Order: sequence, then C-alpha cells, then structure tokens
Amino acid sequence: MLPASFALLQEAAGVAHPLAGTAARWMWALPLLPLLGFVINGALSIVSAYHAGPADPGAHPHDAHPSVEERHEAHTGHDVTGGGAHGDDHHVVVRHRFAGLATIIGPGVMVLAFGLAVAIFAAMRGAGDAALHTPFVQRYFEWMPVGDLRIDAAFQLDQLSMVMILVITGVGMLIHLFSVGYMQDDPSYPRYFAYLNLFVAFMLVLVMGASYPVMFVGWEGVGLCSYLLIGFWYLDKANADAGKKAFIMNRIGDFGFLVAMFMLYANIGTLEFEGVRAQATALGPSVVTWICLFFFLGCTGKSAQIPLYTWLPDAMAGPTPVSALIHAATMVTAGVYLIARSNFLFSLSPVASLTVVVIGALTAIFAASIGLKQWDIKKVLAYSTVSQLGYMFIGVGSGAYVSGVFHLVTHAFFKALLFLGSGSVIFAMHRAYHATHSAEDAQDMRNMGGLRRYMPWTFWLMLAATLAIAGFPPFAGFFSKDAILGTVFLRARESTLADAHWLGIPGNIILYACYVLGLAAAFMTAVYMTRMLIYTFLGPNRSGERERDFLGEAPWIMTGPLLVLGVLSVAGGWLNLPESIPIGRVGLLEHWLDPVVGESTLRITHGAAVEASSTIEYSLIGAAVLIALAGIVVAWVMLRPERLVPKREARQEEGFERVLANKYYVDEIYDDAVVQPTVGVSRNLLWEGIDQGLIDNVMVKYIGTGVPRLFGWLGSQLQSGQVGTYAWVLVVGVLFVLGAFTIR
Amino acid sequence: MNGFLTSVGYDRWILPALLGIPLLGALVIWLQAALGGRDAGAAPRAAPEESAAARAGVDPRTAVDEIATGVAGPARVIALATFIVEFIVSLGLWPAFDPADGRWQFPVDIAWIPSWGVRFTIGIDGMALMMILLTTLIMVLASLGSWTYIRTRTHSFYALMLVLTTGMLGVFMSLDLFLFYVMWEVMLVPMYFIIGIWGGENRLYASLKFFIYTMVGSMLMLAAIVYIGLAARNPATGIPTFSYDYILQNVVVSPTAALWLFGAFFMAFAVKVPMFPFHTWLPDAHVEAPTAGSVVLASIMLKLGTFGFLRLAVPLFPSAAMNETVRSIILGLAVIGIVYGALVSMVQTDFKKLVAYSSVSHLGFVMLGIFALTVQSVQGALMVMINHGISTGALFLLIGMIYERRHSRLIEAYGGIARVVPMFAALLTLVSLSSIGLPGTNGFIGEFLVLIGAFKTVPIFTIIATTAVIFAAAYLLWAIQRILFNAFTKPENEHLADLNPRELLIMAPLVVAIIWLGVYPAPVLRRMQLSAERFVTVVQGRATSQSRVVSTGERPR
Repeated sequence: MLPASFALLQEAAGVAHPLAGTAARWMWALPLLPLLGFVINGALSIVSAYHAGPADPGAHPHDAHPSVEERHEAHTGHDVTGGGAHGDDHHVVVRHRFAGLATIIGPGVMVLAFGLAVAIFAAMRGAGDAALHTPFVQRYFEWMPVGDLRIDAAFQLDQLSMVMILVITGVGMLIHLFSVGYMQDDPSYPRYFAYLNLFVAFMLVLVMGASYPVMFVGWEGVGLCSYLLIGFWYLDKANADAGKKAFIMNRIGDFGFLVAMFMLYANIGTLEFEGVRAQATALGPSVVTWICLFFFLGCTGKSAQIPLYTWLPDAMAGPTPVSALIHAATMVTAGVYLIARSNFLFSLSPVASLTVVVIGALTAIFAASIGLKQWDIKKVLAYSTVSQLGYMFIGVGSGAYVSGVFHLVTHAFFKALLFLGSGSVIFAMHRAYHATHSAEDAQDMRNMGGLRRYMPWTFWLMLAATLAIAGFPPFAGFFSKDAILGTVFLRARESTLADAHWLGIPGNIILYACYVLGLAAAFMTAVYMTRMLIYTFLGPNRSGERERDFLGEAPWIMTGPLLVLGVLSVAGGWLNLPESIPIGRVGLLEHWLDPVVGESTLRITHGAAVEASSTIEYSLIGAAVLIALAGIVVAWVMLRPERLVPKREARQEEGFERVLANKYYVDEIYDDAVVQPTVGVSRNLLWEGIDQGLIDNVMVKYIGTGVPRLFGWLGSQLQSGQVGTYAWVLVVGVLFVLGAFTIR
Repeated sequence: MNGFLTSVGYDRWILPALLGIPLLGALVIWLQAALGGRDAGAAPRAAPEESAAARAGVDPRTAVDEIATGVAGPARVIALATFIVEFIVSLGLWPAFDPADGRWQFPVDIAWIPSWGVRFTIGIDGMALMMILLTTLIMVLASLGSWTYIRTRTHSFYALMLVLTTGMLGVFMSLDLFLFYVMWEVMLVPMYFIIGIWGGENRLYASLKFFIYTMVGSMLMLAAIVYIGLAARNPATGIPTFSYDYILQNVVVSPTAALWLFGAFFMAFAVKVPMFPFHTWLPDAHVEAPTAGSVVLASIMLKLGTFGFLRLAVPLFPSAAMNETVRSIILGLAVIGIVYGALVSMVQTDFKKLVAYSSVSHLGFVMLGIFALTVQSVQGALMVMINHGISTGALFLLIGMIYERRHSRLIEAYGGIARVVPMFAALLTLVSLSSIGLPGTNGFIGEFLVLIGAFKTVPIFTIIATTAVIFAAAYLLWAIQRILFNAFTKPENEHLADLNPRELLIMAPLVVAIIWLGVYPAPVLRRMQLSAERFVTVVQGRATSQSRVVSTGERPR
C-alpha cells in the first residue's frame, strides 16, 4: 500500500530501529501478497460460477432461466459444485477453465512471500544480535482510536514472529505446490486456492500483529478460513457440520481471548505487546492469573486442547493439504504462539502456567490413547496432532518457551509430511477406487496394506516422519520432545512453578506427574505411529484385486514437496541441539529467541540459568530414547497386519477398544449435555414458553384487549380496501402541516 | 470541496433540504398519479381483482399478472431518483462536518407555533450525522430492493417511503422536543401502512401489533414532553419551551418526577429498540413486512429507539437513568436481550424471524454500551447502530431477493443452493460473517468497543454479554449451512437464478461499507467522538448535580 507514508510514520515516531532501512521495511507485503492471491483467485472463482439472474426475478418463475441443458453444462464444466474430489462420489473429471491461472497465482504468491521472508530473515541476521532487543514495529494507520483506547493497525517483527513467518510461508508454499496436484481435478479449483491464500494472509497477520486486537484479527480470520476449507465440499452435510463445529468451538475459545483483552485494557490501559510487556509486573497476581487463564481458554479452542479439542478430528473432512497446513502445521499452533508471545504474562503466574502444563499433559495422553484405535488414516494423524500440541503446551506452560516453539517448528515439518504423505496415499487409493467405480473408503487403513510396493517414495518419507514424531534419534522430533520433557523434569526440581500450588497440590508433584504422563504419551505415540505405518505400507494389500493395478506414486508436484519436508524432518533437530549432544552448533534457536523470552524464562527459574548435572541430562535422554524404542518394538511385535480384513468385513470392537474407537464418547456427551439442552431450552422454554406464551399470549393479550378496540376501526378500514385513501390523507396532511410554517 | 460547499451556502440549507426533498418527491408522485397516471392506490375499485386477492389473503404478487404492469409505472423511478438526489446531497455533510466542533452544526431555528413555544429547531452532531448518512443510503437501496417486489399500489408505496424518510431524518435532526415528537409520529404511521398493505399473510395482525406497541409508547412520550415543556415555561409569559438545549441546561425536575418522566421516555424508546421483554412485535412486523419495510425497520427505525435514549431520555434525566437500581435493571434487560435474542434466534425456522431475533441481541449491545457509560462503550454503541443498519439491512435485502424467486422464507425450503446461486451464497456468507462480528468486518468494531468499554464499569454484565459471540456464530452459521450448504435435496431449487445486476448494485455499497468500517473505521469514530464524550460528561455531570439537588433538598427533613 503506502510504503512512503510508513517511512514517514516511523520517522515521526522517532524510531531509528536497526531494521528500518533493510528488507524488513517490506514486511507489510508479507500478508498482502497472499491477500492479493485471494482476491484474484476469488474473482476467478466467482466469475466462472456466476450467471446473472433475470431483471425481474419474481415475474415469471420459469421463463427467464437458462434451459436445463445449459445449466447442467455449466455445473459440470466450471461451476462451484462442491462435489467432493476425494469423497466417495464419482464426479466428472474436468479441469476448471481458469485452472492454469489459479495455479500460477495461488502458489506463486506463496513463493514470493517465502522469498521475502527469507530476505527479511537475512536482514535480521545481518543486523546483529545486539541490535535486536526490541521488535521492529510498523504503524500503518489508527484502527480504533476511542478516548484513551488506541489501537493501531501495526505489525511487529521480532525473532519469534520471524520463526513463525518462515514456517508459515515455507511449509505453506510446499503445501500450495502439493495442492496443485492433489486438487487438480476439483471443479472448484480457484476457490480452493482463494481460501488457502486467504488463510496464509490471516495467519501472517496473527503472528505479525503488534497488539492483541490485531492478532485477534488473524486469530478469527484463520478460524474463518478453517471453516471454509473444512466445509469445502459443502454439499456433504458431514463436511458442513464439521466446519460449523470448528468455528463454534473456536468461538468458545475466542470468548476467553476477548475477556482477557478486556481485563488487560481495564487494568493497564494498553493492548500492545510492548506496552503490556513493560507494565505486566504492575498487575496484581490474581488479575494476571485470570488474564492468563482466559487467554488459555482461547488456546484450548484454537489449538484443540481439552475440553475444546473435539473439532479437530472432525476437521479432517477438509481436503488433506488443508489438514496439513491448517490443522497440523500452522493454525492449530497459534495457541502455543499466543503463550510464547505472552510469556511476560504467563511467567508472572505460576498457577496459570501449571494449568497450561496440566491441560497439555492430559491432552497429550488422552488424544494419544484415542489414536491407538483409529482406522481412518487421517484420524490417527488428527489425534496425533492434538497430542503433540499437548506437548507444546507442556513446554510453554513450564516456561520452556524455546522448547515449545522448537517442537512447534519440528512438528510443522514432520506432521505436514505425514499429512501430505497420507494425502498421496489417499490420492492413490481414490484414483484406484475411482477407476474401478468402487465405493470403498479410501481413507480406511483396513483397505490399504502393502502400499510400500506401489509407493516406495511415499513409504520411505513417511517412515522418516514416523521416526521423527516417535522421538527416535537423531530425527527432528527427538530433539524437540526431549527438550520439553527434560525441561519439565528440571522445572519440577527448581522453579517458581514447583514452589506454587495448583488446586492445593504442590507444583513440583504436578510437574513430575506431567513428566510421567508425557513419557507415557510418547510411548503411545511410538505405538500408534508404527501401527499406522505397518497397516498402511506393510503386510498384504487389502485394496482389492482390480484396484491394485491402479495404485501408484502421485505426480512429482506432490512428491517433490514431500522430499523437502523429509529432509527437514530428518535434520530439523539441528536447529536447537542441546549442549549434551554437541553434534553441531548448540542452541541456535535458544540463542535466537533469547531477546523475546529470555527474561521470562529466567523469571521462572528464579533468575538462574538451568544447571543440571550431565548424569541427569543423559538419563533423561536415555529414558526418552528407550520409551520411543519400546513403543516401536511393542507395535512391531504385537500388530499382525496379515490378520487385518478390509473395512467391510471388519468386526465391531469390544470392551475398552470400543470406547477408544468411539473416542471415549466425548462428542456424544457434549451433544447430550450441552448442545441438545441449549437448543431444547431455547425452543421450548425461551421461545415457545416465554416469547409466545408468557409475553404474547398473557401480557400482550390482557393489556391489549382494550386497545385493539380503540384502534379496531383502523383494521376494519384496512380490510375494506379504503386504505389507499388513508395513506393519501396522511401524505397530504403531513405536507400541509410541515408546509404551513415554511410558507409563512 | 469545502470551499465549494460554503460558496453554495450548503451549511445553511442542507438540513431543511434533506427534509424537503423526499416530501417533494412524494408530491410529484401524487401529482403524477392524480393527473392521469395509473394509480391503483387512489382508486382501489379500479382493480377489483387485486383487492379481492388481498382480502382472500392470497399473495397478490403471484396471483394477478395484470397488476404486474403497474410495476413499470413511473412511481418507482421518481422515488429512486428522489432518493438518489437525497443521498448525493447528504454526502456533502461528510466533508462539511467539522469533527472538532462540539456545537450543533448546520443549525436552523425558526419559530413555528409561537403560542405554544414550539420552534422548528434542527441541527446535528456526529452521531446524528452518521445516522442521517445511513438513512439516505439505505433508502436508495431499499427502493431499489422494492423495484420488482412491490407490484401493487406502487404510487402509494413509494410516496409513503418518501414521507417515512422525512420522519426518520427529522427525528435525527430535531433539537426541539415537540418537533421530535411530530417527526416520531410522521415516521410511525407510514410504516404501519407499509406493513399493513404490502405485507404477508398475517400483515393485519402484525401491523396492528406494531401500531399498538409503538402508539402506547409514543403517547407516554408526548405526555412527558408536554410536562417538560411546561416545567420549562417562561415564568413571565407562561409560554412553554421545548428547546432541547434550554431544557438540558436549565430545567431541573424533582427526582420523583424525573423517574416518571424517564419511565415514559423509556417505554417509548424501549419498545422501539426493542428491549426484552417489549420485543415481540418485532418478529411479527419483520416477517410480515415487505423487504423494504423490513430493511427500513431494522436498519433505521430500531436505531431511533437507541438514539432517543442517547439524545433525550438519558441526558435529560440522568439521575433517574443512572440510579443504581434503574441502571441495573436496564443493563440486566440489555444483557438478557443479548443472550435471549441469540438463543431464540437459533431455533427459528423462518429466516426473517431469525434475523429479527438477532436484532434483539444486537440492539442489546447498544443498550449495554449506552448504560455502561464510558467513551468506548458509547462509541461502540454508535458503531453497532451503524453496523447493524448495514449488516441486517443487507441480510433482509438478500432474504427478499431469494424470496422473490422462491416465495419462501423457511430455512428448510433451501439447502445446498450455493451450487446454483454462488454469488448469492458468497454475499450471504460475507454479510452473515459481518453480523456475527468477525474481525475485519464492521460488526467486530462495534461489539468490541462496547464490550471493552463496558468491562471497565460493569464487568459481570459484560462477560455475560460476551458469550453472545458464541451464540451468534451458532445461529447464523447453522442457518446459512441449512440454506447454502448440505445436500441439495429440493429439486425446485434447481432453477433458482443467481442475483441480477440490479441486485448486485444494491449489495455493492453494503459490501464496501462492511469492509471499510471493519478495516478503517477511524474517520467515522473521529466524527462521533465528541458526541460520545459529551454524552458521557453531560450524564455524569448532571447525574451528580441532580443527585446533589436531591440530597440538599432532602436534608431539611
């Protein structure tokens, strides 16, 4: 938009930030590029779908419309049909007429954005560490200036947002490229890229906003895109339901976010990060705890933690690249980012921080246990995501902000890879079933098996990602998960958290318990991921005789991004090597993020850097490795892929297996305990009881029996057809009365 | 721009002109009809089929094809031209208005009925400015939205719409209490006819309910206004005065009287807002009213209630309004309305009714903002008034468009229609998102400011009100899912036509407003800043001084 005036604003504010003259001054273009992509792709989508209606839509209901044949052609050709490319229907495969343009623009803006992000990163590196202790803030215009409330449309760039920007644009770019192949035959191809571009734009606003309200714009904006993309194939009620559920669950969280902002403003009069950071210590301990808890409510919605996690597994109804980008790599980590960003608040409240740890640990093990018994390959990954997000919250909750963010980054790599890999698998399965006109479930692992032979690239890459998520050294997840679990253990020995009490329980006991829960969840993670790999890729194939001929590797535009993510999943650990394993430069990320979170981390550790004897360090690492190995071995020994039968022949689960397969019936409980009562009370008590019954039939009737008689003649006149006369009398009367004084 | 406006004396004639232009338009329509034009309204016997159809409760729009020829009559053209002129003329207010000037701007003050002390005093401040611009815009769109919808007695319809406009604008401009009352009535009566003549099947019931509810309120208001006028009379001559400024500065009534007077105003305005439990006329009126009626009702007329609180009821009787009990009751009703409206909205089967109940919820935010009495919350209340006018107006226009095609407002008559009417679907989704207050759209700004301001003074009420963000998402997303998404099960929807260029033209300014007010509301906020600040300081100041009168007055006993 207005780069010149930005510069003026900066100068006027007297800011001479070291990044002022560098590539960072273009940071406003980061969200604007994908926004532009959204506008163009959205226009392409709507233009191709729109057929202007008749000038008089009410006149003759059937004349002015195109013939049935014309409409039919329009739908199958290039309309927004929402038919579902990878559901179980058999649509006509016709590429969208603007597919070429959408392909250039959708991923194109992402390539540009990533390029810019790298340039900005280089500028930050070039500026030197010492210079970057304050964020680089750009103010664009006043957004809500009211009284002493001043909210500017402003972005800020610091080390934390830089990490997020690189993940969002980098992983986002890869997933856009993958989508070119995955969505190639979808009749709503430009609409897909429009939504995906819009998502990236909002996600960048979320991480770049310089204040909570601007962050909230991104926060709800990504929720909107999630809603639109989950319900992308909207003609299927299940998809539309899932989208709506995601939005509403997120709104419950947003309620918390809003209240937290209100409390901040009422207590310190500012909502900008730098302002809050400066004044946070002036807040009373109970106020800061409440603020943090309300913010954390927002996190449980956005990042799918107990009790608001149930939308995320349903969100798998969206296209698989969407699951990879939004519901694994970026959006769902926004809650982790929020806490890392608000470290200056959370570090002041041990109680709130312990709450984060406890919820994170419970979610990690709870979701992992559900993941053990899912058959839908995407559902396994979805529960795994919920579980891994729990780990991140254990990290940021215990004041290990760097470890939390570290796991966020590595998780973005390996979980995006897992989802895209599963996307390749589903793509192949769907293609096979489509070719044979079979109505089988292309996502059920019982219908897969032995795919290694048909998709070797995908298999090896998925294997790498599985080892990474299971925490097997030296893959990326090993380092990040170990960092989190190790920190919790050390925090239990010495920190403000350990000294505090949570619901009367000493903090150190809580932290030890959470460490154990974390280990147990790590074991389960290794089990269910190995299970997924075995059932999908190993053993005999269960897809069907004829289908087997059509199974094969996806096109290179899909496999290429997988390769890049594979490299990152293997090598991601080098971003932040612990001192105990010096196989490269140690603690890069820790050092990088120090200006943002260093002070808060020290506050939690009583001002001293964490010192642990190497015995403890190596025991912790050893425990983590052993757990991961144990999980893999147990799965390998106990699971018998050759005994599996295709979905249609499978028996019902029994006992606890059934409880797990039904996800502890949480959805049913929520429905019976919350949704149905709310709707029932609204309909029967509020509407029919109070509105129609009490107010209308009792009050209005009795008060109103006399009055209608007074005005009754008016009604009778209306019916006699004389009303036009009255209308004219009124018009003339008004003209007369008002005219009387003007003429005078 | 300002130079040009000054050179033509814009600031002297603009407000009377805004009141006069619609009347002139109505006069032209009347003359055209009287001088040989076809007019169904003036001579109902000329079209017996039509009245028969109307009597039988059959929808005349579908029943009688012949009548459709009346559609192309000149009345709609004259009305549209008048509204466009009105809108363009009113646009000059935007640059001409000085946001830094706290006095009444563009004032006109003429003696009207000297023996009663009634004067024709008009003038505007920032909040009136925004409401006037909203009105002139919405009226253009509402008349365009009636273009093919209104097929009977078009002359009468458009004439009433024009008179209605004068009434609404007059209320926003009035600085004389008696004039305020006259304008209030001028606005109510046409709406009664619009619902009663061009409405749906139960239009008589709905219009009567509307009339009784609002009449009772305005009778009480008239009594209160007369009382104040007499209380403010010149002791020498005995002539009452209704001057707003004079009364605000000089008239002090006893606390008991203040309570009664406030109660009278409260009834008039609370019905209009509408506040729970005085809201049950609204769903009926909305459902039965023709599209233009619903749009005007929702976009503008409901705001007259909250405007009345801001302009008259609260500043004139702050000691009564800000009395701890009274205030708590009103805040309680506002918050109940917010949650209750949202919950009842959720279970509606008629989309128009759903939007009607959502209005109860939205207007509850306005009342919360007003009575929380902080600059932010009052500014937020003003923003919600504007935003609700835009978003709910847009919703009703869209419902009207689909109703013209399918003749059903029932949610269950649709499903999956995004496939056949993608443009309609995109617009309905966008407007719904603005209505549920998605950041980046206008809806967020208002709600956020109300809540963040109100939290400082009434935190508990605010937290309860904030839950509406959840329910709002629930009712609107559920509704649009059942209309636009889900399986395409109704074959009769296969031939739904997408929006035509006229309908796109109607939606375009609303879409622009939704995004503009969501992204860059600062110019609007700046213009309303002084109004909000003055409201807060006047009310706080007068509340303390009035209560001081109370305490000194009672001490001797």
